Amino acid sequence: MTPGLDRLETRLRASRAAGRKLLVPYLTGGLPGWTDGVRAAAANGADVIEIGLPFSDPVMDGPVIQEASQRALDAGATPVSILEEARSLDVEVPLVVMCYYNTIHHPGHRRFASMLTSAGICGAIVPDLPLEESGPWCAAADSAGLSTIMLAAPTAPDERLPLVCARARGFVYSVGLLGVTGERTSLAATATALARRLKAVTDVPVIVGVGVSNAEQAVEACQVADGVVQGASVVRRFMADGADGVGDYVAEVRQALDSHR
Amino acid sequence: MNPTPSIMSPPSSTGRFGEFGGRFVPETLVPACQELESAFTEAWADPIFRAELDSILKEYAGRPSILTECHQLGARLGLRLLLKREDLNHTGSHKINNVLGQTLLAKRMGKKRIVAETGAGQHGVASATAAALMGLECKVYMGAVDVERQALNVFRMKLLGAEVEAVHSGSRTLKDAVNEAMRDWVATVESTHYCLGSVMGPHPYPWMVREFHRVIGREAFEQCLERIGDVPDVVVACVGGGSNALGIFSGFVDSRARLIGVEPAGGAAVGRGQPGVVHGMRSYLMQDEYGQVSEAHSVSAGLDYPGVGPEHSYLASIGRAEYPTVTDAEVIEAFQLMARTEGIIPALECAHAVAWIAREAPGMQGQTILMNLSGRGDKDVGQMMGILG
Ligand SMILES: Cc1ncc(COP(=O)(O)O)c(C=O)c1O
Repeated sequence: MTPGLDRLETRLRASRAAGRKLLVPYLTGGLPGWTDGVRAAAANGADVIEIGLPFSDPVMDGPVIQEASQRALDAGATPVSILEEARSLDVEVPLVVMCYYNTIHHPGHRRFASMLTSAGICGAIVPDLPLEESGPWCAAADSAGLSTIMLAAPTAPDERLPLVCARARGFVYSVGLLGVTGERTSLAATATALARRLKAVTDVPVIVGVGVSNAEQAVEACQVADGVVQGASVVRRFMADGADGVGDYVAEVRQALDSHR
Repeated sequence: MNPTPSIMSPPSSTGRFGEFGGRFVPETLVPACQELESAFTEAWADPIFRAELDSILKEYAGRPSILTECHQLGARLGLRLLLKREDLNHTGSHKINNVLGQTLLAKRMGKKRIVAETGAGQHGVASATAAALMGLECKVYMGAVDVERQALNVFRMKLLGAEVEAVHSGSRTLKDAVNEAMRDWVATVESTHYCLGSVMGPHPYPWMVREFHRVIGREAFEQCLERIGDVPDVVVACVGGGSNALGIFSGFVDSRARLIGVEPAGGAAVGRGQPGVVHGMRSYLMQDEYGQVSEAHSVSAGLDYPGVGPEHSYLASIGRAEYPTVTDAEVIEAFQLMARTEGIIPALECAHAVAWIAREAPGMQGQTILMNLSGRGDKDVGQMMGILG
């Protein structure tokens, strides 16, 4: 890899330059059949896929992803077993993990980074690791060639956003609302407001996640942002209808985004 | 010559006690933690704030709490036993010291609402009480298991006008109540103060809560000098998150006294844990080989927690304090022992300290032991009726 050039970011910038809005479905790893869900998302228009590593205490997650995490843990899933399965995924779409910090801290930064790279994962989102605490992990991730996707929150004062963006690799995760993951009836005003503030200070792709709940809201968010994460809406469909539910839904959001270009 | 700094100094600028502590929270909460840190720093240096808090502690909470010597139990165990009577504070535990400090601060910061987690319900009751006193809205999260075993306190909170929400996720105890309170705070941070109940969580909580409980150690130190003309040989307290323990330790940390924090065998973060990160802090944590947080199991709802405040991890790491464990069976014995010998029904939490003293008495003959009686046992009577039949 060329130093200073992030592989994931390069790829996402190229898609953006081609006029494509970025779609990032999330699925909890370790749910029975989850790899088929990832394949379905990949085949139906995902640009990046976020694999959740279930944690016992997911403080940024609402009821749907909490339930999915618990189900996966009850089924015996561990970070090791999930990454083992991820390694066998033969998808073209870049994969990143979403994990709470203790999942990294426990094995150690360097060891966890090498667990990710050997599973073919290209980045990580760590929702309970704010900028000030991110140094040791980012150093390990950088030297392993992994993108650390930083989160930016609606509560951040203006002077904080450029600092977060400067540390972000791949894309910036623009938190759509004050609250935890889960579907909402409408897109919060904070979603576009924060994306707009971020776009004003960075050229890194800005992707809105948390509370973007359907195709219509995805289109609305993408009027400002470069893309959206679809979390609870994907996980709920996977738990109800399996991989087909994910495939149909991702295709629907993809089509909505493409037809509003 | 500079005096040696206290072992209990303020944490580093990143909230570290040695290698423990920090601020591991979602980005959304970082500004709120920063705001709280500066508001507390400023208030704590403001004589007007301090005077106001002192006066509420005196006129409302009933401080100073007395020191009681246990003549019967002491004679029976072959030692001198002094109790710091935090059970006699308004609302029945030490928790009120911290809550009055935090709610006064919340008002100063212009917050209209507080959220709190609770295990035994003592912190929830104290929060509901202070919210009623200060005209704040209050919501308390409590694990569903604890709602059942501490039903009396649930009713007290509701009487005081608080909303109580039972938490059904995970182990359905204190750990999960903290998760749910944090989720609430992530969504309501602009109007709400999170009134955390122990010396845990993200910076500045471990430091701030310790400062609000220093009053226990300050009073106890003076009372010991007056009563026995010396510091005690041993200072003992139970440890859940560790607030009552740090409160009393603060008076003696720079003295020769041994410091003992007693953990339940089923929730021994220091005893059986490894460094980990949850609830905003890096500290000893009971966890599995993948870093999943273990479920604690203790007869005492207030100590049923797999983590511990970061300053305790620090005190353990430098060898200044010891963290032994006692079993539920020993605690149930000790609960009855104190009731029968002294006419004091201790909370199940501080019955852990009694249990350790009773067990270790043969090695402490003739010594003076100061124990923090952190709360009264009325709330536990229903649960004990079930256990003792
Ligand atoms: C009476 C009493 N003591 C102790 C505790 C444990 O808390 P900490 O370790 O913070 O003192 C509780 C918590 O509910 C309590 O009610």
